[in-house]
Amino acid sequence: MTVTDTDKPILVVEGLNVHYDTGKGPAKAVNDVSFSLKAGERLGLIGESGSGKTTMATALMRLTRAPGRIAGGKVLLDGQDILKMSPRELRETRLRDIALIPQGAMSSLNPVMKLDEQMIDAIVAHKPGMSRAALDARVAELLRSVGLDPSVAKRYPHELSGGMKQRAAMAIATSLSPKVIVADEPTSALDVVVQRQVMQTLGRLQDGLGAAVVLIGHDMGLIAQFADIVGVMYAGKLVDIGPVRQMIETPRHPYTKLLVESLPGIEVKQALTGIPGLPPPLVDLPPGCSFNPRCPFAFERCRTETPLLQDVAPGQQAACHLYPEHQVLPPLPAMAQSHNGEARP
Amino acid sequence: MSALIELRGVSKTYGAFTALDDVTLSLSDSSPSMTAIAGESGSGKTTLARILLGFINPSAGHVFYRGKDIALMSPSEQRQFRREVQPVFQDPFEVFNPFYRIDHVLETPVKRYGLADTDAKRRALIEDALKRVGLRPQDTLGRFPHELSGGQRQRIMVARAVLLRPRMIVADEPVSMVDASLRATILDELKTLNRELGISIVYITHDLTTAFQICDNIMILYRGNVAEAGSVERVIGAPKHPYSQLLVSSIPLPDLDKAWGADEIPVSEASAARSNAGCRFAPRCPHVMEQCWDNVPPKYTPDSQRLATCFLYRDAPVAPGDDIAAVFRAPEPRTPVPSA
Repeated sequence: MTVTDTDKPILVVEGLNVHYDTGKGPAKAVNDVSFSLKAGERLGLIGESGSGKTTMATALMRLTRAPGRIAGGKVLLDGQDILKMSPRELRETRLRDIALIPQGAMSSLNPVMKLDEQMIDAIVAHKPGMSRAALDARVAELLRSVGLDPSVAKRYPHELSGGMKQRAAMAIATSLSPKVIVADEPTSALDVVVQRQVMQTLGRLQDGLGAAVVLIGHDMGLIAQFADIVGVMYAGKLVDIGPVRQMIETPRHPYTKLLVESLPGIEVKQALTGIPGLPPPLVDLPPGCSFNPRCPFAFERCRTETPLLQDVAPGQQAACHLYPEHQVLPPLPAMAQSHNGEARP
Repeated sequence: MSALIELRGVSKTYGAFTALDDVTLSLSDSSPSMTAIAGESGSGKTTLARILLGFINPSAGHVFYRGKDIALMSPSEQRQFRREVQPVFQDPFEVFNPFYRIDHVLETPVKRYGLADTDAKRRALIEDALKRVGLRPQDTLGRFPHELSGGQRQRIMVARAVLLRPRMIVADEPVSMVDASLRATILDELKTLNRELGISIVYITHDLTTAFQICDNIMILYRGNVAEAGSVERVIGAPKHPYSQLLVSSIPLPDLDKAWGADEIPVSEASAARSNAGCRFAPRCPHVMEQCWDNVPPKYTPDSQRLATCFLYRDAPVAPGDDIAAVFRAPEPRTPVPSA
């Protein structure tokens, strides 16, 4: 990993709120989230469906669409607030400074344009005046950087496999050497072998650019293999964040612990345990900690007072009332499991 | 061993494309097992599932259900086959008609197969099936599909299958659309159905981790051919075929001391273009030998609980028959439980 000498973060998210207006009031899909990321760092944001991961990815790009709206906060890219930019500044910033690899990037390609035309479109919009030869050379270079043969440039998206399309989308996203890459479940539709290849390609690209990456996903295994820092989202909130090894080996938040435990391995057969219950509806969050109805440790305070992120270990913060009383997460109490798995109290 | 379902020399071609190539497999009736069929997109796993379900006919070969060729069944035999072999599909969002309440999905099969003669009995059957899959009837009945989560919808599909007391469930990627935290629970329920109700399960997946956790045996397909098959402990725990090795090493494990597999050798245009009358995996294989290009490797048995179609094991004995299941291990003993 490329480590840049500066300690100044390249991406700072402060008190970000994104709401979806519904008939039942606002659904707080991103609820007061703050974090920061330095150049070269890889943050993996993990959460269940509906935890606000994708809403977060789109908000970082300021691509939030109605009925969603950014209800407050800052997204500082190299000190500049993306949320306050003029439309022109925003247009220039996207792709050049911050780029998105969307979920199902394969369907983000234009089906009636050859790949090189799509790539050139993106480059020309930001760097007018490049000669055709220079553009072709850049396209070939970009394709090689994602492990594709430059001859692919003359193909249409339907002539490519899923993995190739995903790589092409990565080539477009990195065409202007952005400082921050937001990747929203970039491999969710791919086979395991192709997934590994695509993620390793993303890692190499990022190393080359020295960019920061926000990888959004729900697969703890994938996040663990890729990220340096893991952030866990639950019901719109960032509830736990810290260095990947600490997060997996000594998780502090009960939800993180359960997420890690719900992952089966391939060494010993074990009883498969999911996390009982369901995330709460975002328009009707329980009072106190949103996780309290599913939490095996929940006590009175959790049902009344919302926990804030606090330091629980070096570089690690968790939003949980078990701290600071406890040093580490106590052993999990035995749970009534599995067969009332989704039954909600 | 009497076979519940048996594929004999089954192939499926679409024009010049061979989706499945000469598969012979028999699953036992007397000891209901959990069998995984794994492979990447285009490996033929869904084709195999659809053939097992009788949804498509093989281009060559035969499918026997409890000794009867399903192509030659009488309408009443076919009806019984359809009842006893139940599908669970990948996408629980697509199988529901959004305008009908959940009850409709469950009542239709009860009516169609005349499982209950009174409303009360029908209700009891449905509630029992829902409880079997960990759903509370009061939380699900009367609701519309959009009011349920993906995991709940997938469980409704399992409940619908269970309702008919099938002998076999063919589940095609049943949890790939479900969050990781819920996958474990749903798969655990499939395992319970196998252990407690004696339903044979065929689990089609590209996820070797869950296959290892719930299944007894596995068959890994590559471009329509069996690459490796045997007990999950052998095949996933210590794969022999270079393709299975590649698959296993690509699993992202939440274990930081296990580096993700190294990069695969890129397929050169020349090797990809080389017409291969031999092993389908040859162009991607790190161990490819001259003989691999022109000869189809037979089913070698490097040990008693697995076969690998790979010339690396040419010193091992060749499997005596065609039946892939010959190397399968017996399922773990059942734990019969009185009905819920």
